[in-house]
Amino acid sequence: MTELRFTSEHEWIRRDGDVATVGITDYAQNQLGDVVYVELPEIGRHLDKGAEAAVVESVKAASEVYAPLSGEVVAVNETLAGEPAKVNADPMGEGWFFKLRLDNPEELATLMDEEAYRRLVEGLG
Amino acid sequence: MSEWSRAVSARPAPAGAAPPAAATSGNRGLQIEEPLLFEQDGPGRCGVDLPEPAPFHSRLGGLERREPIGLPRLSEPQVVRHFTRLSQKNYAIDSGPYPLGSCTMKHNPRLNEKLARLPGFADLHPLQPLATVQGVLELIDTLAHWLKTLTGMPAIALSPAAGAHGELCGMMAIRAALEARGDRRRRVLVPESAHGTNPATAATCGWSVDPVPANARGRVDLAALRARLADDVAALMLTNPNTCGLFEDEILDIAAAVHEKGAFFYCDGANFNAIIGRVRPADLGIDCIHLNLHKTFSTPHGGGGPGSGPVGLAESLAPFAPLPWLVHGPDGLALLEQPAGPAARTLGRIKAFHGQVGMFVRALAYMMSHGAEGLRQVAEDAVLNANYLRTLLAADLTQAFPGPCMHEALFDDRFLEHTGVTTLDFVKALIDEGYHPMTIYFPLIVHGALLIEPTESESKEELDRFAAVLTALARAARAGDAERFHAAPRLAPRRRLDETLAARRPVLRWRPPPAERPQGA
Amino acid sequence: MRYLPLTPHDRRAMLAAIGVRSIDDLFAEVPPAARLAELPDLPRAMGEIEVERRLSQMAAKNLAAGAAPFFLGGGVYRHHVPAAVDYLIQRGEFLTSYTPYQPEIAQGTLQYLFEFQTQVAVLTAMEIANASLYDGATACAEAVMMAGRITRRKKAVVSGGLHPHYREVCETYARFAGFAVAAQAPTPCGAEDLERHIDGETACVVVQNPDFYGELRDYSDLARACHDRGALLVVVVTEIISLGAVRPPGAMDADIVAAEGQSLGNMMNFGGPHLGLFATRERFVRQMPGRLVGETVDADGRRGWVLTLSAREQHIRREKATSNVCTNAGLCALAFTIHLALLGEAGLVRLAQLNHAAAVALADRLASLPGVRILNRSFFNEFTMALPRPAGPVVETLAAAGILAGIPLSRFYPGRAELAPLMLVAATETVTEEDMKRLEAGLARVLS
Repeated sequence: MTELRFTSEHEWIRRDGDVATVGITDYAQNQLGDVVYVELPEIGRHLDKGAEAAVVESVKAASEVYAPLSGEVVAVNETLAGEPAKVNADPMGEGWFFKLRLDNPEELATLMDEEAYRRLVEGLG
Repeated sequence: MSEWSRAVSARPAPAGAAPPAAATSGNRGLQIEEPLLFEQDGPGRCGVDLPEPAPFHSRLGGLERREPIGLPRLSEPQVVRHFTRLSQKNYAIDSGPYPLGSCTMKHNPRLNEKLARLPGFADLHPLQPLATVQGVLELIDTLAHWLKTLTGMPAIALSPAAGAHGELCGMMAIRAALEARGDRRRRVLVPESAHGTNPATAATCGWSVDPVPANARGRVDLAALRARLADDVAALMLTNPNTCGLFEDEILDIAAAVHEKGAFFYCDGANFNAIIGRVRPADLGIDCIHLNLHKTFSTPHGGGGPGSGPVGLAESLAPFAPLPWLVHGPDGLALLEQPAGPAARTLGRIKAFHGQVGMFVRALAYMMSHGAEGLRQVAEDAVLNANYLRTLLAADLTQAFPGPCMHEALFDDRFLEHTGVTTLDFVKALIDEGYHPMTIYFPLIVHGALLIEPTESESKEELDRFAAVLTALARAARAGDAERFHAAPRLAPRRRLDETLAARRPVLRWRPPPAERPQGA
Repeated sequence: MRYLPLTPHDRRAMLAAIGVRSIDDLFAEVPPAARLAELPDLPRAMGEIEVERRLSQMAAKNLAAGAAPFFLGGGVYRHHVPAAVDYLIQRGEFLTSYTPYQPEIAQGTLQYLFEFQTQVAVLTAMEIANASLYDGATACAEAVMMAGRITRRKKAVVSGGLHPHYREVCETYARFAGFAVAAQAPTPCGAEDLERHIDGETACVVVQNPDFYGELRDYSDLARACHDRGALLVVVVTEIISLGAVRPPGAMDADIVAAEGQSLGNMMNFGGPHLGLFATRERFVRQMPGRLVGETVDADGRRGWVLTLSAREQHIRREKATSNVCTNAGLCALAFTIHLALLGEAGLVRLAQLNHAAAVALADRLASLPGVRILNRSFFNEFTMALPRPAGPVVETLAAAGILAGIPLSRFYPGRAELAPLMLVAATETVTEEDMKRLEAGLARVLS
């Protein structure tokens, strides 16, 4: 069963079984501008919820990406090294950052759903 | 409106204003397309004539270089032409105004260059016996005296190589002072409007950074500051006048609040040009202030450096000043170079040798040329020029905070609303008009910021011309001529450059094409 | 005042336009208690004639290197700078231009910095270099911090052969960054076992080549030992002209090179401004401090250059920046680039030969003096000499006789009695045979 949730730091997390994929939202990529580089976590590393997981760099900014939930990094998107533009072109799909094996999958329900995130972004104007 | 601007605006625009056809060579009049040095390599060419050494036995211990180095070979005329052509693509303060807020791009007097090149200053080794360098030590001592008098600070550290280096030095001194009294503090407070070096410096010294918001008047929110002040705050880092070009009028209360918690008051002196000769930082309760000799004191920016960032220190911080210390000894001026005696508690060395002495000569010549009354006049003219520009632009640009400014005027991008023109687009069009853009998108607390600092070096006529151009551009943007801004600049040596490509595929050096064999001598 | 274009008439008109009565109205925000009632207690304004007279008097009180036989090194070297260099760097478009943040009107600066970055990479045989730092010592400290970021370790092992000022700067930076520096004792021209100090906490080992005492070594084995244990090798070069003759750090598998570029294009200037060079491997590029210039194209598809990878830097990353560094050495880097362009491959090789030949000739002369020993097995243009008595007073006596003989180690290590008889002696292409004879004779006289 897939479940899509969001954080107020503009990350999305999509669960499929006990592995979840994490990326940044369309709002985030738009704010950053052209992404030039993504620094991804090492496979096998354990991340606590809210820990700094990755760094996404554009020409004018660099932003931390935080782990939406605790888990172990089981995969990273190696293609971003050669094609960081994917983050801009398809942030919710091919622009994914890393996959986590969640410590507590049920915690997903505590995050914002799509509707709540949409309202958050609207409020930002 | 001045005579000149009336004349300019009366001239009809040339019909059909199409860009000129490209020249066969790719050059554009005096603008020459110049290849890299590495693309002009010529076997057998050399730009120097050096004698052959007499025969000798190598003492290199078998560590001779085995491979060719790979340096291009050119004659002197080619080298002179190469760099002359490169220079012609640069804007410079010698060519026109740089209204860059926070940078204080003032005139760089050539007397200073002449004096810095006197062999008695330039041809000295830093470690010559002290008896042979009393004159340059006297120069350093004199500079220190002038800077201490102007800032009111009892001590000054002269070794920092640049403003950011001076910040680092100052914050290290604060940390050393806290450690000396066994006081572990974790946080540094930095206004949201601060220059990026401030939080970077605090982090380098091992502190975490807490931002302090500005109030509606563009100054530090005193209540918010008080709420954030606690016994674990090491220091407040403040710029005054601040990065919005405004004097922190509550600064005495700010200093008191900071000191009451046992914290230190650090001042970023980048904007000292606004108050030199009229206000002394020590009288504002400041414990530590770095100065930028390449800003307030006219040493040339040189395309990015070298700078010099002396740091004024209060009595509480003076014992921790970095080495070396210049002292008056029994045999004249001397340097303390070891952490012993009066310098026992120094924070150590932050640079090899003694500091940017070449810049000291220039700065001292500048100060001596102005004298006390001239330096005060500098501040007054800097503030007058900025307010005059602000007045001329008031109708067409949107001022970020109401009321007069100090030496720089801050605008936001509300005047560009609904035009489809961003602050960036706006200033790229300014390039086509023959001006270097002002500082943009800084400070961060103002949307689409434009920060304009004319300095005292601009004449009234130059300000009138500049204001007329800015006004015309603002009106063009609001009249819907967005294309002109999006396509700008069109007349500069290069159009807008692809910074995304540069960052995605970094090419940071020339490499020979694969087919080429390595070069020999 | 000659630098102030506004006239009293201008000022009155401008104040009227602004709508204030006097300039004091524009300083109204200054708390009354902080307003200076009187001018600062400093001299009045001076014209050029007077300023020139006063500063020339100060300059005349110094013994300039060109006025005496001169043999000082110790990280700053006296070389001949071709006349064209100084004229070119004084062109207003170079001297008085700002940092190239608006690349369309700064292609001159950006192109020469790109050439500079290439020159530094090629000289050191490393893959990439930055657009310069303040000096060799701060470059060395930045290298240590960078090794810490890459390895996520917090200890540096520092050779006793590293310039003491460089070591001190590293120690200062390290102290405030929670980093440990394990500095080895100075052992002039002696053996040093750095490998046994490398452990799982070591971020880097720092060595200098030629070292502070002039000794040359091959650090390839040390590089391997570092890499085997997950540490990096930082190599420092204080005399950049040595790379015209000596195997470069890149050929010894160094990871980061921190060097001083003053020897090319720049006068000694009593210690500053100088020129920090910084080079490393391409895979470490995002951890590099300082400015970087990169190649790109403009909207018309023409090649051009921009400052790039700025997201690492302080003005964007703020507290997470790789360093707080803002300025580079700008004009000093330009002087270096021009000087090296004039020299070219053959010129630099020849210049290095002349330096080495001068030092060899001088070492032979001085070694023949009774009681005098040259400690080095190898050297480039500087060596360590042992005298039969403390070198400090000898150097002072010779200076009083108008000979700048070298640097006594006691200047750096006043507490180490075993180093007191030692001094550093350098000879560059500016030293003549007459100079060497005078030093030899002077030294013989003082020692007898």
